Amino acid sequence: MWIRRLIILFLSLVFQSVVQGQIVIRGKVICRKQAVPGASITLKDTYDGSTSDSSGNFAFTTEEKGDHALVVTAVGYRPFEKSITISGQPISLEVELKEMITELNAVIITAGTFEAGDKKRAAVLNSLDVATTAGSNADITAALKTLPGTQQVGEQEGLFVRGGAGYETKQFIDGNLVNNPYTTSIPDISGRGRFSPFLFKGTVFSTGGYSALYGQALSSVLLLESIDLPQRSEVDASITPLVWGLGTQQLAKNKKYSYGINYSYTNVGLYFSLIKQTPDYFRMPQFHSGDANFRIKTKNGGMIKYYTTFSSGDLGLRRPDIDSGYLKNAFFVRNNNWYNNFSYKENLGAGWKMHLGASFSTNLDDIQQQVQDKLNQPKDFPPAQYWMKYKNFTFHNLQNLFTGRVVFEKYLGGLSAIRFGTEYWHSDYRPEYNDTLFRQIDNYTAAFAEGSIYLSKALAAQIGTRFEYSSIINRSDMAPRLSLAYKTGNRSQLSLAYGIFYQKPESQQLYVPSSLGFTKAIHYVLDYQRIYDQRTLRLEVYYKKYKDLIREVPAGYNYYYYNNTGNGYAKGIDLFFRDKKTIKDFDYWVSYSYIDTKRDFLNYPEQLQPAFVANHTASIVTKKFFTNLKSGFNVTYSWASGRPYYNIQTSSDHKFFIADQGKTKNYNSLSLSVEWLPNLGKTNTKSFPLLFATVSNLLGSSQIYGYNYSYDGSVKSPVLPTAKRFYFIGLFLSWGVDRTQDAINNNL
Amino acid sequence: MKKIFLLLIAVLALQSLSFSQSEKFSNAMKQSLALFDSAKTVEDFTRVANNFQRIGDAEKSQWLPYYYAALSLSNAGWMPSVGDVDKNAEQTKALCDKAEALTTSDTDKAEINAVRYMALTQQMTVDPQNRYMSYGMEANRALQKGMLQDPGNPRLYYLEGAGLFNTPPQFGGGKDKAKPVFEKALDLFKKQNPKELYPSWGLKQTETLLAQCQ
Repeated sequence: MWIRRLIILFLSLVFQSVVQGQIVIRGKVICRKQAVPGASITLKDTYDGSTSDSSGNFAFTTEEKGDHALVVTAVGYRPFEKSITISGQPISLEVELKEMITELNAVIITAGTFEAGDKKRAAVLNSLDVATTAGSNADITAALKTLPGTQQVGEQEGLFVRGGAGYETKQFIDGNLVNNPYTTSIPDISGRGRFSPFLFKGTVFSTGGYSALYGQALSSVLLLESIDLPQRSEVDASITPLVWGLGTQQLAKNKKYSYGINYSYTNVGLYFSLIKQTPDYFRMPQFHSGDANFRIKTKNGGMIKYYTTFSSGDLGLRRPDIDSGYLKNAFFVRNNNWYNNFSYKENLGAGWKMHLGASFSTNLDDIQQQVQDKLNQPKDFPPAQYWMKYKNFTFHNLQNLFTGRVVFEKYLGGLSAIRFGTEYWHSDYRPEYNDTLFRQIDNYTAAFAEGSIYLSKALAAQIGTRFEYSSIINRSDMAPRLSLAYKTGNRSQLSLAYGIFYQKPESQQLYVPSSLGFTKAIHYVLDYQRIYDQRTLRLEVYYKKYKDLIREVPAGYNYYYYNNTGNGYAKGIDLFFRDKKTIKDFDYWVSYSYIDTKRDFLNYPEQLQPAFVANHTASIVTKKFFTNLKSGFNVTYSWASGRPYYNIQTSSDHKFFIADQGKTKNYNSLSLSVEWLPNLGKTNTKSFPLLFATVSNLLGSSQIYGYNYSYDGSVKSPVLPTAKRFYFIGLFLSWGVDRTQDAINNNL
Repeated sequence: MKKIFLLLIAVLALQSLSFSQSEKFSNAMKQSLALFDSAKTVEDFTRVANNFQRIGDAEKSQWLPYYYAALSLSNAGWMPSVGDVDKNAEQTKALCDKAEALTTSDTDKAEINAVRYMALTQQMTVDPQNRYMSYGMEANRALQKGMLQDPGNPRLYYLEGAGLFNTPPQFGGGKDKAKPVFEKALDLFKKQNPKELYPSWGLKQTETLLAQCQ
């Protein structure tokens, strides 16, 4: 009996402790009066806890006693900890969480910028997009021309952004200014970008209001970020009727460094003999180009990158002379370009990062223009016939540029950061025009600082300023920049940007001594963006004011001075919509821009709409991939309203006047490209061929970029592309060695 | 006699105290595993993941709770209602890292790599065209690494098979390719003899998909 009693006593003791010990802890998790569902509530160092429900409520029981810590965690919020004392009474409490600002939920400062890169939510264009945009022919600039805010200018190279001239957009690779991003300019023919889109992993294209870290671009900056280590080692070859290329990229087995070397030869002789060109090419365009690179990953996760490219080429073409029915204009150019880019990114610890950059480039253009007779013999003119005599010239232009730059970045917890740094550009230009040397040396220095402050996940500000000094004009300036971004909803946001931008006069405007200063632009940009589920809608309005633009003042029939009295404005609206989701494997974007702009600059006698600006521009880019055919079909349609053109002459009292003017017809271009990847998805193959074909301006619409006038104004001839259509077909081969296995073996 | 019983009680009481630690752990794990098995929605899986994470945080030296927390989230990650795939997958990978730091065994690490593979694959499918070279490659690396760590893990082969099953034949996938891999997985499932609380999932899924390959 007593044994039984004892057992009952024992059991009841045990039960009692259980019953007595169960204390209920309940409560609600909130943030700014809103329920936080899915938060994890834990009694620290015990198993006890719960998860908040859809209305933020939770409840759990515990047998613990005494002092404990209650921990509440939820993704996107700062961890919450509170000490509680558990006695016999149930506990009820309210938990107020604070938001954590992370890249995933925070507002992004977007006014004026198109950012591309896989990790960024605002991804707009990446290298694959560039290559598969019909009509771009794998040229970054051509692909960017399908975005709003840009002009369809085909007679000159460059990005003409929001009423700005091509030279008002500057390109930077890993932070370093690129001096000659395009092949040498030929009258009425646009040059091509020197850099392949596949060199870059990220692109930021700012159409206005860009950061204080960059300067000397009145309209826009294109920031290209080169790729870090490649995914694998490979050997590549390209076989096309225009270009032959061979190269390799080697990734070390330990995936810590890589190097590569490429060579290509371009000769359009075969193509031009098949497809008739308007100019008479007496020297077929041909180019040799080679590049090499190395990239090293440092111990602390930093990156050292070096890239060098050399190219050499020449071409000569002959076109009818506009002032005489029978003479010809022969233009010959030989170009050598060597570009070096070095960058070093390092984590210094304690939230500090350092970006070092340096570049050196040297570019030599040897240009000769000659008026020739029927037998292609040079023809000379007396000084009285100066409008003919000036057409015979030689121009030997050597441009050297060295740049150095250092930027420090400090993260202040969360996403807020400060960045500051300095840069120095040393340029040494030696233009020699008909044996007269106009040597120019400029030492440009800049210091800049910028703070990105996240006041909450919905509100961010970026405030910066930039001090600049240019020795050749002996001027300095201070350029403040400001952006604000406010999240209006889960997927939408508003941003605002303001900034002052300076740019020094162009090289040819500094041939003769003058007191020229910086040209100036003030930007105001308001941007609304909605990104949801692989769809992007972007709407931007802007207003720009130009001051101190360069104006030509006639000092005779044939020469002029420059001053800084030009001015102007630009205002407009840009629309962009991209959708990758609605139709499977179908990606398209639509852009439209309207601009109203006038400038009084260069030889304009009054405020005029510049000849490179169309009021309306629109593009539709579509890409459809058929997995069963392993092929992609891409169609791009671009349209622009007519552009103004002027025949500006000098009057006898040395004033500019408009002798004639008009508007070109609308611009239309429909382009098509097809790619076929027969080995796509095959896991056991080592070769990846890609067959690519494209035709630009498929319908052969006549594209008039403007008009050239004879000296007396009696003859007017349209500026046209060298051929109506452009065809291209190429086979690109790549043999890869997948290093996956090696990397795994090394890590085990 | 009384003394003996008192002693017995004392021993029992002491035992119940000491049993509590390991027994408490395994009970809590079993309870959560039962919840895991019955979980159906994203909310259910989040709740279970939180339970496992609590156990892991309290235990401090057990890799299994973190492994199951990650597995719960990766199950939620396949559901369309998960919302932000990247956020969920990043959380899954962070739990995998925690689990991996607590074990030195290659077979355990192989299990963790199976979960990592799922999280990375989910991230890849957000934008396959652009992410294949990054997330897709990384996912494959996790899978292959797991297979090297434990060639006898059936779940890794099930996942490889499922990947092939869901890839169009033009891209090197398809039922024909998946079938032998599933068969191998099935073979390994038959051989496996998991310790208590250790992962054993995947057999049913393998059988279902293999049936569709016939």
